[in-house]
Amino acid sequence: MAQLTDLSVAAIRDGVASGEFTAVAVAEAFNAQVAEAQAALNAFIVTTPEHALAAAAAVDAERAAGKVLGKLAGVPIGMKDLFATKGVQTTAASHILEGFIPPYESTVSQKLWDAGAGMLGKLNLDQFAMGSSNETSYFGNVISPWRRIGKDGGGSDTAPLAPGGSSGGSAAAVAAHLCPAATGTDTGGSIRQPAAFTGISGIKPTYGRCSRWGIVAFASSLDQAGPMAHDVRDCAIMLEAMAGFDPKDSTSLDLPVPNWKATLSGDLKGKKIGIPREYRMDGMDADVAHSWDQGIAWLKDAGAEVIDISLPHTKYALPAYYIIAPAEASSNLARYDGVRYGLRALPEGAGLQDMYAATRAAGFGAEVKRRILIGTYVLSAGYYDAYYTQAQKVRTLIARDFEAAFELCDVILAPTAPSAAFALGEKSDDPLAMYLNDVFSVPASLAGLPAMSVPAGLDRQGLPLGLQVIGRPFDEQGVLNAGLAIEARAGFTARPERWW
Amino acid sequence: MSNYRIQGATGEWEVIIGLEVHAQITTAAKLFSGAATAFGAEPNAQVSLIDAAMPGMLPVPNQECIRQAVRTGLAIDAQINSYSRFDRKNYFYADLPQGYQISQLYHPIVGEGHVDISLDDKNPDAEVKRIGVERIHVEQDAGKLMHDQHPTMSYVDLNRSGVALMEIVSRPDMRSPAEAGAYLRKLRSILRYVGSCDGNMEEGSMRADVNVSVRKVGDELGTRTETKNVNSVRFVMATVEHEANRQVDVLESGGKIVQETRLFDPDTGTTRSMRSKEDAHDYRYFPDPDLLPLVLEPGFIEDCRASLPELPDAKRHRYETVLGLTPYAAGVLTAEVETALWFEALADATAAAQAKTKAEVAKQASNWLLSEFFGALNKIGRTLENSPVGPEAAAELLALVGNSTISGTIAKQVLEKMLETGDGAGVIVEREGLKQTSDTGAIDAAIAGILAANADKVAQYKGGKEALFGFFVGQTMKVMQGKANPQVVNELLKKALG
Amino acid sequence: MSVDTATVARIAALARIKLSEGEVAAMVPELNGILAWVEQLAEVDVTGVEPMTAVIPNTLRLRADVVNADPLTGGDRRDAVLANAPAPQHGFFGVPKVIE
Ligand SMILES: [Mg+2]
Ligand SMILES: [Zn+2]
Repeated sequence: MAQLTDLSVAAIRDGVASGEFTAVAVAEAFNAQVAEAQAALNAFIVTTPEHALAAAAAVDAERAAGKVLGKLAGVPIGMKDLFATKGVQTTAASHILEGFIPPYESTVSQKLWDAGAGMLGKLNLDQFAMGSSNETSYFGNVISPWRRIGKDGGGSDTAPLAPGGSSGGSAAAVAAHLCPAATGTDTGGSIRQPAAFTGISGIKPTYGRCSRWGIVAFASSLDQAGPMAHDVRDCAIMLEAMAGFDPKDSTSLDLPVPNWKATLSGDLKGKKIGIPREYRMDGMDADVAHSWDQGIAWLKDAGAEVIDISLPHTKYALPAYYIIAPAEASSNLARYDGVRYGLRALPEGAGLQDMYAATRAAGFGAEVKRRILIGTYVLSAGYYDAYYTQAQKVRTLIARDFEAAFELCDVILAPTAPSAAFALGEKSDDPLAMYLNDVFSVPASLAGLPAMSVPAGLDRQGLPLGLQVIGRPFDEQGVLNAGLAIEARAGFTARPERWW
Repeated sequence: MSNYRIQGATGEWEVIIGLEVHAQITTAAKLFSGAATAFGAEPNAQVSLIDAAMPGMLPVPNQECIRQAVRTGLAIDAQINSYSRFDRKNYFYADLPQGYQISQLYHPIVGEGHVDISLDDKNPDAEVKRIGVERIHVEQDAGKLMHDQHPTMSYVDLNRSGVALMEIVSRPDMRSPAEAGAYLRKLRSILRYVGSCDGNMEEGSMRADVNVSVRKVGDELGTRTETKNVNSVRFVMATVEHEANRQVDVLESGGKIVQETRLFDPDTGTTRSMRSKEDAHDYRYFPDPDLLPLVLEPGFIEDCRASLPELPDAKRHRYETVLGLTPYAAGVLTAEVETALWFEALADATAAAQAKTKAEVAKQASNWLLSEFFGALNKIGRTLENSPVGPEAAAELLALVGNSTISGTIAKQVLEKMLETGDGAGVIVEREGLKQTSDTGAIDAAIAGILAANADKVAQYKGGKEALFGFFVGQTMKVMQGKANPQVVNELLKKALG
Repeated sequence: MSVDTATVARIAALARIKLSEGEVAAMVPELNGILAWVEQLAEVDVTGVEPMTAVIPNTLRLRADVVNADPLTGGDRRDAVLANAPAPQHGFFGVPKVIE
């Protein structure tokens, strides 16, 4: 039998249900993997082996008592440290929240525990989910389990690689089999880009599918939770447990959660796949272009008709995003002021406003400060219309582009990211170069659309590349189905060599 | 209607006043959380995770707040905006946990409306002035800071944080302290009729930001100051008075008015600059991305309209035209919703008890309420709300007068006993033997005695001094201990005096 | 539009983030780089276009006026609210003394 830690979510759940192995055995196996990898990968901010074991023991007891088991019974998962977890430190990877123990549980994590999942730990991320490389965490970089093939074509280049961000801890942990699945959040690509960098799958559902209640906010109109796992089916299973109407979130969609997993089908006969011509940019990475072409061929093979579409405002998505997201963030992060929780810096003789400024200076990392300043500036008197209102109008145009495209096609296929993973430090000096990493993922975020990344193969350096499927609002099924069709044809079985 | 002017050394100055009234919406729970709004709780007891702005907390609006804002808008004849939005007003202060106040800047729920005020209590119809209301928006209240509990710390209590407020913004249409006072009183009256705010200014349920500027008559508008959170009608008037005179002094001595935020000090009756709020504000308003646009269905607005009670002006007119009351009486009876409701209950019960129409008894009820009952209550330090005598019991008393069981004089005694004991009027009259008599034998006997004892006055009366008739009536009533039917006494006296 | 040292200092003060002079100076070119880049939005013709309000068409849902219907959104939990406070004081949050 394969190792327990090699199993998918579905296999673990079924194995626990059939009595092939116990949930506690699964939790112990993953706890051990987590402990062994922590020093090298730094995927977790805190590990919670006891939480995983307690949940597993409860599942085993339920099974012994003959009770009906939850959809994720016996599955230990990783929880991005952006989700508030009752009694367990929740930091958003920021010093300003170090030591914060929420007296509440986020809606999404509660749903996962209710489905029988257990928690292996709180996963590292870019601070306040701001970043694409996991280099902005106060708790240190996450190291991707992947390594490049040596430049000479042989051996291994040991330069530590970025797992992508902001859900980089989630991506690294799943890729390294420290957990079979993890939660992520996606504001401008934070599930899809790290999934692509680490050779795993991840889906951002339609805005409003997953409750934002209890998730530390970055940009409210963009933030969406979603799962990251080894394959499309596991993503479907996880998403079914995470999604659902929440009366505590005003933007939550009051819709039933479909049974996505049950209706998964890689047969795309009668489906039209749109290929947005504006995504084929000048100077596109050759490996990425090749992988995209391959994806087109696979979807044709699955029975789909492939058509050329236009998303004319694509070019403006990224600049619009880098106005809207920092603007919302500058306001969302105003609550971190050292009064009610988290860090307080109180220099000698400081008044209230000095305390705020000192606390926020000490508590926020450089990228968070940069974005708060940008956001504050674009909202300030005299600039609001030129920046923020203009960006929200452009956003309307971007959403209309997709609407028009979906008159012609059912899903859209594009690369997830413009390149494979880069080395840590390679882009961290140039914020703009880093922002450009989100060029393919941000448009769907701005339009609130469901989108997923699935592994499509390796580039010439032996690093994973992802393909992105974007769907109509509420059509997670169409996205998952196209993802499944790619997955079936990509035959992606590569995994990082265990060097840690 | 107001010719209020400040006489300066350089001539006459006109005062321009606008009020921004913050009125707490009467609800059980807060605007965006399920924490209670009740006054006087332990510090931070009525605070939810949302009100404390814990990470990841989200607002969901309370329908009752929206409903009451719409009803208030309808009550001042205002435009109701079927599309509105919540915006964030960003600033840092310890009483503002989110670092922003959720308010409505760009698309308020209520647009243009108006409040009609009158300054002449004797004749409220004589001079009515229309004060424009620019908008009403819904927003969160802030928490409270206490500065005197610790030598180096201020204490933060978030119980009020997130309580729903309506901000009612007037046009700068007022021209005197009296007009500002009348506007605030009238607005308070309307809110209390509607039930959207309890109007309790001592508990902070209603407070006004007072915008004042002065100008020479006919000149352009001057620079205004805003005096924050003034919490009584009297203080608002004092603020206007002081601030207008201060501005005239500044201008006449060659100074300039600074647009600034000021604070009213009730102890001195003066205003002073609030230095702490002086740094240039840049609130960076933008639509709250946690909240979607608020769209009101026509049915919802119609239900709000249908639920409105008769409002003070309409009621006053009805009292004048249908019930035949004087404008003064109608004005006093309708100024406060409790008074009007009490009066209506009294008139209904009185009509029922005397088998008359409401219009037939309205005057009797109104006169008695205004001239007898308020005075009697006042004497024992009570008001209508905590009166030991309710409208039903009062109607019984009035019926005893109406059917001549007791006289008006005796009624006063009976009322005193009612207030004292809580017993019914009938019971008291019976117990104390206060029924008035129409027994002509007893009255004739009394009259005979009085005429005999006052032969000189009888002669004077017969000689043409008819004013003495009252004297004989009084004497007779005295002998009869007030219990003689006055009409019978009149008739018998006239007969006896020939 | 580009920012200078004074503007960055003003924005940092508005955002309540204390920056040293050196940090302000370093931030100026960074912010200008980002601002110059986002300003390409100005070339988009947005005549007659409404700014985005709800990304997925949806309007605001209202809740009933009920106190403490759900402990997660209700009050009466002072201990939880104060549990993480850096300077709790007799049931209050303590802050440096404010002079109004
Ligand atoms: Mg004001
Ligand atoms: Zn206000």
